[in-house]
This record gives sequence, structure tokens and C-alpha cells, in this order.
Amino acid sequence: MTFRLSRRTAVPLSAVAVLSLALTACGGGTTKESTASDATAAPSASTSAAADPNAPLKEGLKIAYLPKQLNNPYTDVEVGGGKVAVGEIKGEYKLVGPNDASASSQVSYINTLIQQQQDVIAIAANDPNAVCPSLNQARKAGIKVVTFDSDAAKTCRDAFINQATTQGIGESLVKMASELAGGSGEIAVLSATPNATNQNSWIEVMKTELAKPANQKLKLVKIAYGNDDDQKSFTEAQGLLQTYPNLKVIVSPTTVGIAAASRYVSSSNYKGKVAITGLGLPNQMRQFVKDGTVKKFALWSPADIGYLAAYAGAALKSGQITGAQGEKFKAGKLGEYTVGASGEIVLGPPTEFTAANIDQFDF
Amino acid sequence: MSAETAALTDRPGHLAGRFANWNVAIIALTVLVLIVAAASVDNFGTSQNFGFLVLDLLPIALVALPMTLVIVTGEIDLSVASTLGLSSALMGYLWNANQPIETIIPVCLLLGAVLGAVNGFFVTVLGLPSLAVTIGTLALYRGLAFVVLGDSAVADFPALYTDWVTGTIGGTSIPNVLIIVVILAIVFGVVLHATPVGRAVFAVGASEQAARFAGVRPGRLKFWLYVVSGLVAGLAGVLWTLRYSSARADNGAGLELAVVAAVLLGGVSIFGGKGALPGVIAGVVLLASLQNALRLSDVSNEALNVVTGVLLIASVLAPNLANAVRTAVQRRRHRTEPTSGSPSRKDLS
Repeated sequence: MTFRLSRRTAVPLSAVAVLSLALTACGGGTTKESTASDATAAPSASTSAAADPNAPLKEGLKIAYLPKQLNNPYTDVEVGGGKVAVGEIKGEYKLVGPNDASASSQVSYINTLIQQQQDVIAIAANDPNAVCPSLNQARKAGIKVVTFDSDAAKTCRDAFINQATTQGIGESLVKMASELAGGSGEIAVLSATPNATNQNSWIEVMKTELAKPANQKLKLVKIAYGNDDDQKSFTEAQGLLQTYPNLKVIVSPTTVGIAAASRYVSSSNYKGKVAITGLGLPNQMRQFVKDGTVKKFALWSPADIGYLAAYAGAALKSGQITGAQGEKFKAGKLGEYTVGASGEIVLGPPTEFTAANIDQFDF
Repeated sequence: MSAETAALTDRPGHLAGRFANWNVAIIALTVLVLIVAAASVDNFGTSQNFGFLVLDLLPIALVALPMTLVIVTGEIDLSVASTLGLSSALMGYLWNANQPIETIIPVCLLLGAVLGAVNGFFVTVLGLPSLAVTIGTLALYRGLAFVVLGDSAVADFPALYTDWVTGTIGGTSIPNVLIIVVILAIVFGVVLHATPVGRAVFAVGASEQAARFAGVRPGRLKFWLYVVSGLVAGLAGVLWTLRYSSARADNGAGLELAVVAAVLLGGVSIFGGKGALPGVIAGVVLLASLQNALRLSDVSNEALNVVTGVLLIASVLAPNLANAVRTAVQRRRHRTEPTSGSPSRKDLS
């Protein structure tokens, strides 16, 4: 090799370095803190018109679903519920979305939907901010934006369908764990990724609940992460049981984790000794409930999330609601809903599934 | 490519040689696709859609410019998307650390150049194959990006900057960022096609040995190309972050494949020595407008991937197929012409 870092090579390199240092030294400039004060007064786009609760629900609305990613069993159920609702209100249903759940891949789909002049976009945002400029462009074009599952920044959507409150889910996870452990003993959590926002906020509520006197005999020994990957969750569950021989309950607040942990326990000699609970899909968990590995677990109905999103979008587009707190609208079979603070609409408390009722659910 | 076929391709006026000018073909094909899409796909021809289309293809176009030069020298840089991600992650980290954006941006560009220099060091000083090196740094840089920023996203960049990146020129639908890309495209085009550096790039790609005898220092040339590639990827990271108002470690994941695809579709030979920048730009536009048009026609993702895949295979296959046909024709001619007076055993004795 004839190449080496000669002086002629080193000079321009160091010039670049000096240049950037010089720019740094200039100081001043725009920093996070200096812009923080400007950012507070972000305008909410289209809440000028007053709501008319008696306005008729428009027919033929074009309602498009843009989930986090396509070909995901959970998402399929959610948008399936949406399709039913769009049928009920005689609208046009459309489903688009990326194959990967990366932050920015949803943006070109939003742009396409703007071009196609949809009436409502129901989106589960992969990144609360990356989708914002496009969503606001959509709203400027008269499209109503409803987020579900995973919210976008509040300034760029009209309403958010929240599957359940964080508090409600955290409480119900601790309640189930306590019942299964008989009120005392070691429990562990098998979560998704260490930075999954919703999982972490549920775990925070769990910690607060566990600190209460009623639960002081329950001991949270470990929070493991299966990265929402079946293999990794399986291995993590295995590891938990080997490390903590006195473990009584594994709480997995993710559908991938709970299924993988149940699969491991059902085929090992921990079956019957260690309980699994958390948030899971009835169809994935049915066999483990039937074979006795899992006594109870919970989840909101994903189909109802998509269903509610369609009705909320239609109510917005028909002028029944504007997304302001306290407005009411009817959502078909789910009954009447009230818009909460900052446009949040809560689906309801999670449903508990047991051997007694699991056959009534198909999703 | 053998010396024989290379000579044939270059022979002016040769029918097959002219057919093999993929550069012209791809530009024609791109124009055709644009016309057909504008005429047959609803909302494709609107000025707003044009703006969206341009914003979507800009990061690919940007990174494709230095990539073209790198591939023409016979090397490759697969780490560009990870460099973009690391640049974005650092931007978020420094912004959180309350550094002024005017400092952050040059630091991110410098980071890109340094990451490129690391690739260049491994490839030219240690003489390792660039495919292996940049697959390695693809993973390494992406990993570092997650070390820097984790899974979190940093938003709230100053509106002045984000608005400029998402904004358009005056009352038109032409994005402001297009200015940067057009300037860089002209710079790279002039360097590649009208300067001694460009000639050296082609010479190294055609034959490193020959280039060295002609006074070119292939190692130094490649090192700097990697630095420039990293620098531009760092710039792409900054623009990406501002466009989406979101600094994330996973930004731009998978972009390297789109870039390499566009470059190859643009007629650059993966074996080096052949290619032209106008073709590459056409390749980028072709891929992006096909995707845009198919999405507007509600074609599913899967079908979209199939179309893109077929197009890419065709783009690599077509010039090679043309070559093979040409070689076969030529060989037959060689065989038939001299047979009339072919020397027999007797003549030799």
C-alpha cells in the first residue's frame, strides 16, 4: 500500500476540525432552552368551528387507517374493527401502511392520503413528532386526524383514542399478580424494550401500587426485557425461572412476551408452580388458559379501538365534535363517549380473560 | 469485464455499443414513467405531490452523489445510512445537552467526515475489502447511534430550521432543500466528468494497476472519497432530523440499499469504471416516482417491493445481457471470418 496520511492529507482534516471549533466558540446561537419559550404557544389548527352534537353523521366518508406497520396480528385486529365501523356508517374504508415500523416511513403514506383527499386519517404514530408536519398539512386540507394506540404530538391531531388509562392498566396488572401469588411472594416483569413508552409507564404505576401497604408482601425481583421478540422473550422467561427459584408470578405486559413465557412454562416442570399473567391476545393465549398454565390475563379489545376511531373520526368530520373536552358523541355498539382533556377518548377498563369467558372472544 | 468487450463497448457507432448506453436509456425511461404517471395516476401531477415526491427522494439523491464516485472506483460504502443515523443521534444528544444548533450542525458534519475517514483508513491503509469494512461499520455506527441516544427521540428543534427544511421556495411547491441537492449534484457532476479527479476515479475503477502507472494514487483518492461520502451522509442526517423534527438512532435505517439500488439503476457498474451522474439522478427519480405513483394507485407494499426488485435485477441484467450478446456475435464473426483461409495442419508443417 502506497497510501499513508501525509501532511497534505492532515492539513484539510484539521482545517475542518478548526472550523467547527471556531463555530462552536462563537457561542450564543439557538439552543434548546432558548427555543423552549417560543414552543409553548403552538397553535391548534382547526378548533375554531363550534361543535353541533345534533349534526347528522355524514355518509360516504373516506376513512383511511395508517397503523404502525402492516402484517402485524394485533394491528390486523385493530383495523378490522375499524373496517366494521366504517361499514356501519356507510363510509369508504382504506388501509395503508409501511412494512417497517420506522419513524419516518409513515410520512409518505400521509402525503399519499392527502393527495387522495381522504376525510379522516386514523393513525398509530411510530414517532410522535416525525409525522407532525404532514399531519398538520392534512388537517389544513380539511382532513380530520384521529390517533389510536400510540399518540402523535397533541398539536397535530384532532383526537386520540386511548385503549385504557395508564393508571387502570398498571392497577389491573398488580391486582392480577397479587391474586395469583396469593398476596405474597416474588414476582417479575417481562416487558418489551427498555424504552417502550407505554410499557414503562405501566411498570411505573405497578411500582407505585406495589409500594402500597396492601401489597407489601409482594416483591418485584426483576424487570426483564424480551424486546417483543418471541425467541428473546422465551429465553428471558427461562432465565427468570432459573435465577429466581421462588418466583411465583411473571407479569408480561406485552402480547409477545406473555405468549412466549406461557409457551415455556407450559412445556416445563414449572407448570402449575409459576403463574403467568399480563396483557395478551385471547387467540394466542387460549391453549395456555385451557391447559391451566394461565389462570387470568387482561387486555382491552383491539377491535374496539379501531371501531371507536372510525366513529370519532366521523363525528369530527360531521361537526358533532371538534375535539374539545366535554363533547359527547355516539359510537355505535360501544355507546356514548365523552372527549377528555386534550382530545383524549378513553376506550374503557381492560377486560379480564379467564377459562370461563375466553371462548367468547375471537381476536 | 475483459479487455475485448471493453473495447467493443467503447467503439463508437457500434449498434450494440449504442444500445448499451444505459445512461440515455434510463433517462428516457424516467421521463416516460413521469409522463405516463402524470397522465394516468390521479393526483400524481399536482404541484403538492411534486413537493412530496422531491422531499422523499432528497436523502437518497444526496447520499447517491458520493456513492456514485465510490462505486465507480470499484468500491462500495454500505455504512452511509448508519452514518446518517449516528449523525442524527448526536444531533439529538447535543440538542438535549443544550448546545446551540449553529454548533451542532458543523459538529455533525465533522462526525460524518470522521466516520468516512475510518472507512477510508480500513479500506486504503489496511487494504481490506470495502464490502466487508462497510458492512462492519454499518453495524458499528448504528450501534453507536443507539449508545448515544438509546430508543428515545428528540424533537423540538428550532422552528426556524425545521420550517426551512420542510418549506418550499416562495409560493411554489419546490422544497428549499432541493437547492442544496442541486448545488451538490452540479459540483459532483463537474468533478466526476470534467476534472482530473473524475478521470482518476474512472481510471482507478477500470484498472487500479494501470491508474497507478499513470500517476494516480488510488489509496489517497479512495480515502478522500470515503471522507466525502461520510460528510454527505452526516449532512443527510442533519437534514433528515430537521425534516421530521425527530432525532432518532434508527433514522434512515435501510437507506443504503435504496441508494445503492438507485446508483446501479442509474447505470453505474458495480464492478467499477463505468457510470455517469445524470443516469444516477434519473435512477433516483425513477425509483421514487414509481413508488409514489404505485402508492397513489393503492398498490400494496408487497407488489411495490416486487416491482422495485424486478426493475433492479433488470437494470443489472440488461447491460450484462447486451454485453453477452455482443460478445457472442463477435466471437461467431471471429470464428467464421478466418475459417475460409484457416491454416490446416499441412500449412503449418
